[in-house]
Amino acid sequence: MSIILDHVNYIYDEDTAMAHAALIDVNLNIPKGQFIGLIGHTGSGKSTLIQHMNGLVKPTSGTVYFDGKDISEQGYDKKSLRAKVGLVFQYPEHQLFETDCFKDVCFGPKNLGLSQKEVELRAYEALKQVGFDDEYFYQSPFDLSGGQKRRVAIAGVLAMKPEVLILDEPTAGLDPKGRDDILSLISALHKEMGITIILVSHSMEDVADYVDRIIVMNKGRVFLDDEPKNVFAHYKELEEIGLAAPQVTYVMQELAASGLNVDTNATTITEAKNEILKALGRC
Amino acid sequence: MKNMIKTDKLVFEYIRRDEEGNVEGITRAIDGVDLEVKPGQFIAILGHNGSGKSTLAKHFNALLYPTEGEVYVDGYNTEDDDHLWDIRQEAGMIFQNPDNQIIGQVVEEDVGFGPENMGVPTDEIWERVDESLKAVNMLQFRKSSPNHLSGGQKQRVSIAGVIAMHPKCIIMDEPTAMLDPNGRKDVIRAARALNDVEGITVILITHYMEEVVHADRVFVMDKGKVVMEGTPREIFSQVERLKELHLGVPQVTELAYELKKSGVPLPDGVLTREELVSELKKLAK
Repeated sequence: MSIILDHVNYIYDEDTAMAHAALIDVNLNIPKGQFIGLIGHTGSGKSTLIQHMNGLVKPTSGTVYFDGKDISEQGYDKKSLRAKVGLVFQYPEHQLFETDCFKDVCFGPKNLGLSQKEVELRAYEALKQVGFDDEYFYQSPFDLSGGQKRRVAIAGVLAMKPEVLILDEPTAGLDPKGRDDILSLISALHKEMGITIILVSHSMEDVADYVDRIIVMNKGRVFLDDEPKNVFAHYKELEEIGLAAPQVTYVMQELAASGLNVDTNATTITEAKNEILKALGRC
Repeated sequence: MKNMIKTDKLVFEYIRRDEEGNVEGITRAIDGVDLEVKPGQFIAILGHNGSGKSTLAKHFNALLYPTEGEVYVDGYNTEDDDHLWDIRQEAGMIFQNPDNQIIGQVVEEDVGFGPENMGVPTDEIWERVDESLKAVNMLQFRKSSPNHLSGGQKQRVSIAGVIAMHPKCIIMDEPTAMLDPNGRKDVIRAARALNDVEGITVILITHYMEEVVHADRVFVMDKGKVVMEGTPREIFSQVERLKELHLGVPQVTELAYELKKSGVPLPDGVLTREELVSELKKLAK
């Protein structure tokens, strides 16, 4: 199970005066089980890119393969692709619509044509996976807090049993605790169920603690694609394209520049702490 | 000195209703808030989702009225109908979603909308549009369509729209929540410039701890009450307490706190990376 993008180009409003390229020669290989951070400022092509991964948008040229098969080919089963590649949009709670949380989560699997029993079983499991309490199952989703609503919305996608879960800015608008909760939930889904995760974010701080790999998009192109520490080493270039490395990266760079013997690859608070303690001879 | 904003034992209650409109219960969103904001201050309000921050902010320009207690804006009681428009003109509000607050087809038209409604003469409207767009560094976009702007640029146009009304105070309710890092930086820079240069009082509500570092005063809300109040340094010295309140501290502050816990003698509430680096350099010698 993997997603491969091969020389993918996408042009909005092709053949009109408004034509502009949203993706330019994108080549990516997303193997099973990775946890990927997808970063780029507004308009860099992130959202267009993820819409290619489950066939919502068809490339202008180039090919997207899922499990070795070209998803744009005649007769390709897009419906099962969309069950396998789950997409959680920005502010997913705006898409809740049912009278209670449980029914809302049932909506996806019901559309897969499963039996009522299977549908309910999946909804139950999905709500449990996102740490949702039984007592709220039959409450209207509109009575919940922002963070809770978002959990229900994520459960709705999980109930489709996706192999790949793509989340577009899942922490936008949440308070710091809500942010941490959603991120650790996503990390748990990755660890315990082996789901491939693609996390779209503006915030390097958010992704640095969790992901194996970071893809940075700029002006429709893949700008960097590497492990977090290698990506953050390019902090100057990141700034030029309107992004920033985590604050910790800057601290480590400045300490190293002023002669302290620290490893500038430290990207999380724990790593930075250990490096600084070592440099100060305190451990 | 007169207060820009003052609340006196402010209480606000929502009445929750079911689908048929029957009363299900009452939620106390603001529970006895007393606070004072002096003219020219840069104030930050923190609190987790649902802590009452936005409800409080909506009292500052008479979008909501207290259930109990009083709110004064520049000395006017917000419940005094005679001064409603004075209050709304003096205390401008910026909301989270830039797309919900732009109405003009062209940037300059949008910015001119406020003063036009106040009955400002045409020549002066254009002067105000000019100076407001200049203040947020958006003058080169005055003839653009707002649809073609980024989120951060739209948010700065919204701010210009408020400035054009010559307010004494701007209340910003999570103005950067939907923006990317660049947009966030630009909006915060614009807010700080207004405060520094024009002396406009700024009240910033945010979830981003980094944006709070330069405020004069910080209020932290929880369950409708102000539970912490102080300078950023005083507030961010209390890492554990903030975590209990579902909040965090800037990453640099957290790193300094962790180092301190491991025995490195650092001061409390380190706020900026310059500070942390210079403290660590001292220790390394």
